[in-house]
Amino acid sequence: MEKQRYERPVIKKLETNMPNKFGTQTELAPKTHIDNVPVKKLIEEFGSPLFVVSEQTIRKTFAKAKKAFTTRYPKVQFAWSYKTNYQNAICNVFHQEGSWAEVVSGFEYEKALRNGVDGKKIIFNGPDKTVDDLKLAIENDSLLHIDHLDELYTIIELAGNGGKKPKVAIRVNMDTGVYPMWDRFGFNYENGQAWDALNKIMRSNKLELVGLHTHIGTFMLSANAYSVAAYKLAELALGIQKKYSHEIKYIDMGGGFASKNTLKGAYMPGTDTNPTFDDFAEAITSALINSDFKPDKLPLLILETGRALIDDAGYLLGTVISNKRLADGKRTTILDIGVNLMFTSFWYDHKVTPAQPFSHYTENTVLYGPLCMNIDVIRENANLPLLNKGEHVVVHSVGAYNMTQWMQFITLRPNIVMIDEKATPHLIREKETLDSLMSYEKVPEHLKKFDL
Amino acid sequence: MVKIKPNVAVSESGFLFNPANGESYSLNPVGTRIFGFLKEGKSYEEIRDSFMREYTVDHDSFERDYDDFVNMLKQYNLTERDEEEV
Repeated sequence: MEKQRYERPVIKKLETNMPNKFGTQTELAPKTHIDNVPVKKLIEEFGSPLFVVSEQTIRKTFAKAKKAFTTRYPKVQFAWSYKTNYQNAICNVFHQEGSWAEVVSGFEYEKALRNGVDGKKIIFNGPDKTVDDLKLAIENDSLLHIDHLDELYTIIELAGNGGKKPKVAIRVNMDTGVYPMWDRFGFNYENGQAWDALNKIMRSNKLELVGLHTHIGTFMLSANAYSVAAYKLAELALGIQKKYSHEIKYIDMGGGFASKNTLKGAYMPGTDTNPTFDDFAEAITSALINSDFKPDKLPLLILETGRALIDDAGYLLGTVISNKRLADGKRTTILDIGVNLMFTSFWYDHKVTPAQPFSHYTENTVLYGPLCMNIDVIRENANLPLLNKGEHVVVHSVGAYNMTQWMQFITLRPNIVMIDEKATPHLIREKETLDSLMSYEKVPEHLKKFDL
Repeated sequence: MVKIKPNVAVSESGFLFNPANGESYSLNPVGTRIFGFLKEGKSYEEIRDSFMREYTVDHDSFERDYDDFVNMLKQYNLTERDEEEV
């Protein structure tokens, strides 16, 4: 006789007072496969926890974004935001799709070069570009997006030493009607800082002003803010044309497009409420097309969106370590996935699905990670099917930031696997080992021995 | 041994009613089965052995879940108090 599947026994009091429209089950089917590869097999082969990236989903999402913009605007260029996920295999999928590279540090810049990206197609953002970074970028004809005046003066000085004429843009911050206003990066539009910087560039005669850049925020839930931003950049570009008879080659609208994740405290799930690529594309391209640019003189539109392009392609697989009850009777489940691997659980209510079949019974559960720290909470409240020790879960939409902002805290970072379009898993980053980490450490001679 | 209060009734589908206070509860199939065994006056060992034969579960996991379940039954006042506890 085949044994029946065991599920934890539960008893739930039936309440007849307040109806709760969000209290029903949210996970309706188990996530047993990712791109036709069984989750169980992936964990057997590569261990748990495990990051899994779907190449197919990346390409499909990119195609959707590209279509949204190219059907509305004649000249569009995407640049892959390295900081969102700079695993080389992932960057190269985007480069194969035609994305340039957008980097914010010398480390990322060299990573892009090593991946084989032409220096001319690397956008260098961020407040911390060292003199050596700048020299290398100027030599490679990369696009330098200036963040502050000190950087501008350094570039002018470097340009004065002969050699190539640096290709620059300035980052502009502005009021787009959303809070918080990101005014710590770049030069302000409203108070004249942006014009001040542009005048310095044009009058120096040592730099080639090629573009204007902005990045109005992150996880933007209003597409209209981009419309305001695009209009203000267009005004600046047209102003430069009028004053200096100089044409700007591109307008870079940065990133910040929301993915489909649900922010903590949101009333409705992100899949229902967050703007789509079409919404963002409509807002940006309409503003540019309706501005005073002549139809044949429209600048190239650059987009650096990261999160919305990669989030859905990333999964994190994990295993139940234990079920526990808190002092107040609340159910908790401890997983081997903690905030060390899921930085984004600080601001999202990530969708978590069991990887094996389950019944329709649920319990309100807190999901904890394995770290011996109180802050290690993956979900504060989830109506989840009953999970047994050793069973697996799949966390959805973790492709953005988790594989770059992860922490090496009390444990080692796990494997990352990419499933190609033919359903073959490839290891794209090997898990860390004690040896690999200890190789960075040095113990002074007098501390090598002790008696206990 | 855990003794269920005699007037507490449970249906086959896991709907449990306590006429003493009018409260009702929902049990999942494993919960319903354990509750049925307890109503019949079966000991923990008998219940465990029966589960070992029929379900994909190990001793330790079952014991842990059983204890938690019985604690919940006590919390909801569905069991007779042991004499020594009174």
